[in-house]
Amino acid sequence: MSAANAAPATTESRSPETWSRRREWISYGRRNPTLVAGLTIITVIVVFGLLAPFIIDQDATRTTAFSKDLSPSLDHPLGTDSFGRDMLALIVVGTPQTVKIGLIAGFMALIIGSALGFIQGFYRGPIGTSVRGITDITLTIPALLILITVASQVRQVTVESMAIIIALLAWPGTTRAIGSQVLSMRERAFVPIARFNGMSGPEIIFKELMPNMLPYLGASFVAAVSTAILFAIGLEVLGLGPQTTNTLGMTIYWSQLHSAVIRGLWWWWLSPMVVIVLLFIGLFLISHGLDELANPRLRRRV
Amino acid sequence: MSLGYLLRRVGMFLLVVWVAASINFVIPRLARGDPIQAQFAQLETLGIRTSGMDQVVAAYKKRLGLDRPMVEQYFSYLWNVARFDFGPSISYFPADIGRLIAQRLPWTIGLLTASTVIAFVVGNLLGALLGWPGSSRWVKWLVPILMPLSAIPYYLLGLILIFTFAFTLNLFPLGSAYSTGAKIELAPEFAFDVLYHSILPALSIVLSVTGFWMLGMRGMMVTNMGEDYMIMAEAKGLSPLRIFLRYAMRNAMLPQVTGLALTFGGIIAGSVLVEVIFDYPGMGWILWRAIRNTDYFLIQGIVFVLVVSVALAMLVLDLIYPFVDRRIVYVRR
Repeated sequence: MSAANAAPATTESRSPETWSRRREWISYGRRNPTLVAGLTIITVIVVFGLLAPFIIDQDATRTTAFSKDLSPSLDHPLGTDSFGRDMLALIVVGTPQTVKIGLIAGFMALIIGSALGFIQGFYRGPIGTSVRGITDITLTIPALLILITVASQVRQVTVESMAIIIALLAWPGTTRAIGSQVLSMRERAFVPIARFNGMSGPEIIFKELMPNMLPYLGASFVAAVSTAILFAIGLEVLGLGPQTTNTLGMTIYWSQLHSAVIRGLWWWWLSPMVVIVLLFIGLFLISHGLDELANPRLRRRV
Repeated sequence: MSLGYLLRRVGMFLLVVWVAASINFVIPRLARGDPIQAQFAQLETLGIRTSGMDQVVAAYKKRLGLDRPMVEQYFSYLWNVARFDFGPSISYFPADIGRLIAQRLPWTIGLLTASTVIAFVVGNLLGALLGWPGSSRWVKWLVPILMPLSAIPYYLLGLILIFTFAFTLNLFPLGSAYSTGAKIELAPEFAFDVLYHSILPALSIVLSVTGFWMLGMRGMMVTNMGEDYMIMAEAKGLSPLRIFLRYAMRNAMLPQVTGLALTFGGIIAGSVLVEVIFDYPGMGWILWRAIRNTDYFLIQGIVFVLVVSVALAMLVLDLIYPFVDRRIVYVRR
């Protein structure tokens, strides 16, 4: 929003303007260190994933590229696995794939979830009630279990098809979060006023509620991405992931299948795990930070 | 508790079970017409062949009655599922799926109940202490330790625990629920053996879930602090312990109980994966084998039983809830 406000200003007045904006951002960052920490972690992971393919040789992820089960050394900073693949290269290739599943599924879940959330929170009567009923039932059924049923039918999944399958079951959390926010927001004065001005329901949702909900939508998106990655890794650990793609979860699956833990090959399972844990912690911090942005009263509370 | 509330909750339970059963019926038929043919074609392409395959095919053909109209198939399927009759397993033919699951279910319920209860009690106590102004400073140190742990999936935490405490330090067994060759009986030695084997898997669930309850409880406690009844209790000169337990914690607990019902599904799904990591012989263990053998009917049975267990746990919690929170009066809208 700051860019849009600063854009029409002339060159002379822009520089102090942007400077003060920047100072505002920095001072907000000081007040909300959770958000900054989370954004930093995720940015580092994403930049790492975007840059590394240019630095690291992709051939190192072919099987039998190197000797098997090498412990970390200068040649192989993270060692090699039992297929003779370089672990660092595997992580570099796998991280963007895992992030991709999270982004595709998280985005789709956000669209489905917030659409249903707005309907469930805003409309009373049969429409709202039936959407709420569907959400309640879906929330009760553990999504990962249904995902297992679906994924075991679609045996050859790819990163994309898995993301879509996950998205179909990852939305109820978003619906609940958005729905309850809308429910409280529709009681505020601006909603009846908009109605007296002759706005229709969808118009109120898009023009009045949506802008007020942006931080919540952001937090929900982050939560949905996190859920999607959690589901993806769960499916992968069970062996229902994309068999030919080296996502982080598949790397853990192979290490598990080859008993890496009890053979002492700690670098095989620990390296993907460190990235996964950083991903989850980063997303968790961002989502908390956005909550604080949306609801500054939380800051005093906690 | 009104009869209407009871009926509504039981109705919801039945609805969830029915939806889960219907999903199990629809998905394989949606994927590719004939579920039996598809199943065995898949097994063949994977090079898996169980002995006496024709027998299995015949048994399933008879069971599913695919020549009958779809509606009839659906109702006979529902009738079977209602009696937990899932037919014979493919990979363990002719073992009955219902019996295979019944053997595994107690392990999962035991591990899950124990670790959920421990995490819930410890997490809520710690969270309450965190949100209490009078508590000592060391409690605050728990936040930076438990908060990142709650962001890690339990099964990954399990890998670290196995590596550290079982592989490197040799303090605990590497997996399984009892020593090999142990006699399964109701004896103190066996009970101790089971307990010893369950420490690491339970710990991986407890460590990660505790932080979740702690954070929620802390938030609720802080909100409660400013309430009038808190000031009133203090003005009456009640002892701090009494205020802490009966006024602050009692009221902060209520949303946590609701939260327990909502997170139960996630906990059960996570613990299935913990069992895979620890080779713990519960539902996750047999699910993993079913997936590896593409024993689709067994997977279906396991998923269905787990969904029913979650729905049942939620139903029980919902029925208990009015007794926990006497302020709530369920009236028909």
